[in-house]
Amino acid sequence: MTELLITAPIALPVVAAAVYAAVGWRRTTAWVSAGSAALVLAAAITLALDTMRGGPGEAVGGLLRVDALSAFMLIVIGAVGLLAAVATPDYLRGEMLTGAASMRTATRHSVLVQLFLAAMALAVLAANLGVLWVAIEATTVVTAFLVGQRRTRAAVEAAWKYVVICSAGIALALLGVILLNYAAAHTAGHPGLDLALLALSAADLDPDVTRMATALLLVGFGTKAGLVPLHAWLPDAHGQAPAPVSALMSGVLLSVAFYAILRVKLIADAALGTGFARALLVAMALASLLLAASLLLAQRDYKRMLAYSSIEHMGLVALGAAIGSRLALAAVLLHVLGHGLAKAVLFLGAGRMLQVTGTSSIAGVRGLAAHQPVLSGCVGFGVLALIGLPPFSLFASELGIARAGFASSLGWATAAAFLLVLIIAAALVGHTSRMLLGGPAVDGPGAATSPRPLPVSMGAALIGGLLGAAVLGVTAGPLAELLSHATSILTGSTP
Amino acid sequence: MTDTGYVQALYLACGVLLLTAVVILWRRELAVIIRVFALQGAALAALAAITAAHQGSAELWAVAAGIAALRAGVLPWLLRRALVESGQAARETQPLVNVAASLLAAAALTMLAYAVSQPLVALAPSPATQAVPVGVAVVLIGLFVLVTRRRALSQLVGFLLMDNGITTVAFLTTEGVGLIVEVGVWLDVLLVVLVLQILTTRMRAAFGGTDLDDLRGLRDT
Repeated sequence: MTELLITAPIALPVVAAAVYAAVGWRRTTAWVSAGSAALVLAAAITLALDTMRGGPGEAVGGLLRVDALSAFMLIVIGAVGLLAAVATPDYLRGEMLTGAASMRTATRHSVLVQLFLAAMALAVLAANLGVLWVAIEATTVVTAFLVGQRRTRAAVEAAWKYVVICSAGIALALLGVILLNYAAAHTAGHPGLDLALLALSAADLDPDVTRMATALLLVGFGTKAGLVPLHAWLPDAHGQAPAPVSALMSGVLLSVAFYAILRVKLIADAALGTGFARALLVAMALASLLLAASLLLAQRDYKRMLAYSSIEHMGLVALGAAIGSRLALAAVLLHVLGHGLAKAVLFLGAGRMLQVTGTSSIAGVRGLAAHQPVLSGCVGFGVLALIGLPPFSLFASELGIARAGFASSLGWATAAAFLLVLIIAAALVGHTSRMLLGGPAVDGPGAATSPRPLPVSMGAALIGGLLGAAVLGVTAGPLAELLSHATSILTGSTP
Repeated sequence: MTDTGYVQALYLACGVLLLTAVVILWRRELAVIIRVFALQGAALAALAAITAAHQGSAELWAVAAGIAALRAGVLPWLLRRALVESGQAARETQPLVNVAASLLAAAALTMLAYAVSQPLVALAPSPATQAVPVGVAVVLIGLFVLVTRRRALSQLVGFLLMDNGITTVAFLTTEGVGLIVEVGVWLDVLLVVLVLQILTTRMRAAFGGTDLDDLRGLRDT
């Protein structure tokens, strides 16, 4: 496997960012970001094929490593990144029409989004836990100005909370990294912070120090993954960020942070037995689901509604990771991809709804299906995908997590979790059906809208994402083998 | 450096680290806080230099120089610039917890740090690891400053205190985490501070002040 191919998912977006910084965002460069995302996806698929045939590969003196799990995460980044990038030019034009953005804003937006993609690719390719940490912290830095892009009071407030809470949370993870490094320095193998070596010599790690490190790492990376207790930034940031950025943050960034948790859990399980990380993850999962359910029932803002639904889905993913059987972990990975696609479609659709109706309040949008049929259809099907109806892949993955849960000792937690999922589904369907089908509001800002048709490329992104989630639900196809390889890594049966 | 000299210098640097953290918690004037923060950065650089001299490692000397430049130079300079730009009463006016209670909390947090650090000391008892609780205490005090202060700049100082504490733990346990990771961490910290500094400017434009009590626009009810 060539060095070039492994560095491509990081280098391509950096090159695209340089192009935008040099030339600016204009008609001719509007599609550069979509091209870069498509190339990242292509590189990810090639890497996946290579790892299945030839095993893991390394680059840059062993700093980067690709195995089936990182290749799968790269596919998630590429796929969701492509959806967001295809919808971005239309979104930015819509913002410029209303005067909410200028050419300069569009340029800065494009540069930062490309750097954001590069940082996420670096995170999943890092062979070293320290580099992984640096990459995840870098995502906070590059997205801060994207969250605050609109410079309104609410946007600046959201950006501030985002940076302060995420930096403090991730600082706890850094302390965890340092403690793990300390424990590793006192083993025979001296594995340093190399993830694969750490997993191999985990049995020698001092259990007390490793326990502290694991707790700090789970809570710290859990902050970026939107898990309770440090989740407070998420609804604000995802609600205020521009639609394509919300799609990326909700669809991939949360799962990239969760990927770090999966890698840490692998080491912790080998050093401490499965009990410790499982107990922490179950507690975080149930608390996240409970929080999402309680705040979704009376939610009044549809972008925040989608943000809380992300907390719900990360809670489910954490539950699946806690269960830890092969079935559960395969379902977790499938869930990550399915949720990424569905949530990206919904955030892009919500961004369009905001541009068309001028309000993000659920009560302000009524009877959208009458004058925006395509947009409403996409949002409607997106919500159905999100609550896990067939044929969408979230049905298959939720079923997988539930079956694995009831087969394990965590039956009670699984039962409680799916009860909450049911409540959340009812709340989501209730809010959405009122927005799409309800009678027209009397004088609300959303009542009198001119019939602006959905732009073609944004429609393509929305429908493409839904089709992807549906096809994935019917058959995982060639992905099945990759998922099986990645699950073997997560269960520790292949290094 | 002789062994007793090394141990004494090490403990002196750690003492300064803990003391400066407590002083930051105690004082209200932001200008003073920033000066004390710079002193803490110098103590941290001294800690790295002492370790470097003890180990005779060129890489550690470079790290120590980097820490001195960043934590005693660049970061305090950025904070001071943010303070001058804000141009208002440079005091933490209404912290959520008063001075006496804050100092009591610092004492409690330090004891907590000694309690939770026992396994860290037990793994490899040495003069350096005996001092690890100091680093943990600075992290906890930083977290306390972060959650109890209302001025944006004070929260920033709280975050940087946490970061100083974490770096202290890194030096006392394993002489750092390797140059590449170390430099990555520095870059991230520097960028976070720059981002937050720009955001405070924007907050002042949007809110007229950087008192975080004004940040109540985004809620669910």
